[in-house]
Amino acid sequence: MSAPPRPHTERAAAPPRRRQWRPRAGTLRYIGGRLLSSAVSLLAVMVTGFFLFRILPGDPVLAMTRGRAVTVEQLAQLRREFGLDQPLPQQFLDYCLGVLRLDMGMSYQYRAPVSELIGARLWPTVLLVGTATVLAAILGLWLGTRAAWRRGSATDRLNTGLALTLWSVPTFWLGLLLIAALATGIGPMPGLFPPGGMMTPGTTGTLAVAVDVAHHMVLPVTTMVAVVYAQYLMIMRSSLLDELGGDYLVTARAKGLRNDLVLRRHAVPNALLPTVTLIFLNLGQVVAGTILVETVFSWPGLGTLFYEALKVPDLPLVQGLFIVFSASVIVMNLFADLVYPVLDPRVRP
Amino acid sequence: MTDHKAVGRTPRRRGFLRWLAAAAAAALTVGGLPTAAAETGDDGVTTTLTIAESQPVDSLSPFLAQRVVSTSIHRLMYDYLTNYAPETNAAVPGLAESWQTSADELTWTYTLRDDATWSDGEPVTAQDVVWTLTTMMTDEAAATANGNFVTNFEKVTAVDKRTVEIQLSQPQATMLALDIPILPEHIWSDVEDFATFNNDTDFPIVGNGPFILTDYQPNQSITLEANPDYWRGAPKFDRLVFRYFNDQDAMVEALRTGAVSFVAGLTPAQADALRGEGDITVNAANGKRFQAFTINPGATTVDGEEFGDGHPALADRVVRRAIVRAIDKEALVDRVFGGYAEAADGYIPSRYSDYHFEPEADERLGFDPRAANAMLDEAGYTRGDDGIRVSPEGERLSFRLHVHNNQPENVQAARFMTEWLADIGIEIRGRYVDPGVVSDALHAGEYDLIFTGWLVNPDPDYVLGIHTCDALPTEPGAMRSDAYFCDEEYDRLYAQQLAEYDPATRAELIQRMQRILYQEAVVNVLTYPDMLEAYRSDHIAAIQVQPEPGGNIAHQDGYWSWWSAAPAEGLTSESGPSTVLIVGITICSLLVVTGTALVVRHRRATAEDRE
Repeated sequence: MSAPPRPHTERAAAPPRRRQWRPRAGTLRYIGGRLLSSAVSLLAVMVTGFFLFRILPGDPVLAMTRGRAVTVEQLAQLRREFGLDQPLPQQFLDYCLGVLRLDMGMSYQYRAPVSELIGARLWPTVLLVGTATVLAAILGLWLGTRAAWRRGSATDRLNTGLALTLWSVPTFWLGLLLIAALATGIGPMPGLFPPGGMMTPGTTGTLAVAVDVAHHMVLPVTTMVAVVYAQYLMIMRSSLLDELGGDYLVTARAKGLRNDLVLRRHAVPNALLPTVTLIFLNLGQVVAGTILVETVFSWPGLGTLFYEALKVPDLPLVQGLFIVFSASVIVMNLFADLVYPVLDPRVRP
Repeated sequence: MTDHKAVGRTPRRRGFLRWLAAAAAAALTVGGLPTAAAETGDDGVTTTLTIAESQPVDSLSPFLAQRVVSTSIHRLMYDYLTNYAPETNAAVPGLAESWQTSADELTWTYTLRDDATWSDGEPVTAQDVVWTLTTMMTDEAAATANGNFVTNFEKVTAVDKRTVEIQLSQPQATMLALDIPILPEHIWSDVEDFATFNNDTDFPIVGNGPFILTDYQPNQSITLEANPDYWRGAPKFDRLVFRYFNDQDAMVEALRTGAVSFVAGLTPAQADALRGEGDITVNAANGKRFQAFTINPGATTVDGEEFGDGHPALADRVVRRAIVRAIDKEALVDRVFGGYAEAADGYIPSRYSDYHFEPEADERLGFDPRAANAMLDEAGYTRGDDGIRVSPEGERLSFRLHVHNNQPENVQAARFMTEWLADIGIEIRGRYVDPGVVSDALHAGEYDLIFTGWLVNPDPDYVLGIHTCDALPTEPGAMRSDAYFCDEEYDRLYAQQLAEYDPATRAELIQRMQRILYQEAVVNVLTYPDMLEAYRSDHIAAIQVQPEPGGNIAHQDGYWSWWSAAPAEGLTSESGPSTVLIVGITICSLLVVTGTALVVRHRRATAEDRE
């Protein structure tokens, strides 16, 4: 049965030809190349993930049953169950087939699918690290712009100095200080924030949970922002300083533009490029979390999960996390590569 | 001119304010409105005991759970056939109110109490016990955690609704120490695969213990409600919440603020700091664990095949005993544990007074470097030019010492030992490594001296069993033993105590076994570290320790501490951020947003003029 001819509707549905965009061969080749290299990286990660963690010392079964009264039969049963009695090539084959089916296996220690464990811990980490990354970028970019624009001034020196000081502070130490000062309270000041965790046990109701989680997020987010915003500040500052000498800024001023427009419309967009790379790189690492902050504030995220998995070593879980961490960096890099040409005509293929 | 003045400020502020407005809006979306806080409030009657916990739960299924945190929670959720008296650790009735053995010592008959019910109202019957034990005997996955208890079982039958009969293939003295939670058959018989069922999907979880588990948020909290119908009496607190902390210092701060009522696993420094604070009681309990190091006497398999690369001089008992004499255990207690430990000789900690062994004065290998030097001189180990002794066979006495680098008390003890052993002409090469590396070295027999430590249960059968010849590996690799110790007399006594039903005679046999261990100096116990805990005395008025006195609160053998804990007068349970705080946060957010909106609008309105 053939479709009835619909010449009119077809024409009508066609997009208005105001600015026609035709994919050029160069663009396609560029995108294709990026996709391919990302795929190759992912494959390499998959293979490395398997062998890398087999080098870890320690026998998972012995580590898990350490200090327990277990019989030799129980140990053998565990080995069989985990497939550790199979020869290595067989284990590798099973692993590859599993990953291709998006099945990363069962965690040894938690007896639950790895994907389920990662899924449950992913959102707390994304929420915490994502919020902190966004805030740090906003703060860093703003302060960096300001510092560069008034280079050498007292504000610049103060901002840069403070940011670098915080950057060099050990994260866990700053976290503990904040807990001691703001969670425990000093002198007459009572504790304002909870000392750890993501929510108060037993809290119910969407709004109450949201308030409670936000309340628990304040200290860890503050810690992370304080430690990392310096990198955005410094990069923004230095790349803006590079731009400030540009002739096009003189031209812009000569056209009669006010200083803030020169900065906002001409200098900043050009200076943003290196920062964009940095932001994407950091976004890729969002899921890896930060083990230190998650530990100090008892945040139930992926960072602590990775640490728990390494201790055993819980091979399927470690491998799964390794793949997820690497994949998110690779995907974000790919994304940065694809967005770059849009932002900057100079690098368009 | 005016233009110039305007610059430096306007651009950044305007941009920033827009960002800020967006951020504030986002924060409000996340934060929500404050009215909901009332929902979390309590009725003023519920008393909650919040306990800090750090170890993640491996599984809530008693067939799989191996970690202390999980088995401790199971003690609260499920009844066991017998329990351990809080004062003495002696076996007392649990789900079984009485028991007897047959004349041939191979049949044990337990009579269950008739007032025990599951939390869904069903009665607890003999059939539940039979189902639990039989499942562990027949299903490999169900034997994962506690299979060792039932390997000697021939048959388990229900004689009637309240009577269970267990037939053994060999007499077994540990029949009153079966640490097996009894499960409800009517719930569990539907489970398809015990290897993957974690018992964490249907809340509340049906149990028959003093508490009912109602909520579990992995790595965040575990909530249990008191079981009002528990046959021994309802617990005094209405609710028990285990709240997770990953950082020990943050945990202590949480105790200071009152966010939690109890913390365990303190370091000596933390315990000292908390001692001085009002409303906080520090409990330094006699340890369940021993800290020890073992000496490689020459690794062999069960069949006597030698493997590994242990130093040959360590096969000489004189060298091993001299090493023990060179170590000042009292100094370790003071300098490593800040006094929160007990210098130890016997294998079984002193808290188990019936089984604990103390060497007589004339057999004691007390700290005496001069005696140690004399022993080595006499045995022909002469000092070389560098001060290190050389064996009659010409081998330098230079030993590796494997230390878990994640255990500060072992690392520090190792550093002291290195100095003390140098005094008797023995060189120690410390290997401060990952626990996995320590374990690999042990199982490969590739070590000389190595740290170890075990948590000892009220029934010491297992920790004694790991030093029988049977525990040696069948082939180089994994094994049950952790010292390559093998002694015929020890094995004979081990078999004898396992079949001995008279407690006093059994205790005496167990002491004789420890004497052999002590004299052979392969397994050398250094200290029994205290268990350091602290609780808020303005939250908890009274709590049972085990054993009494000098016992611990967390991770007891039994449910005594949390079952007995009584709320302090005037304790109000806190839940969620206070209303005042929420109102405060909201007002601030609203002010910021309104202010921002006004400023942005103003900017917009004047933007054209300025451009």
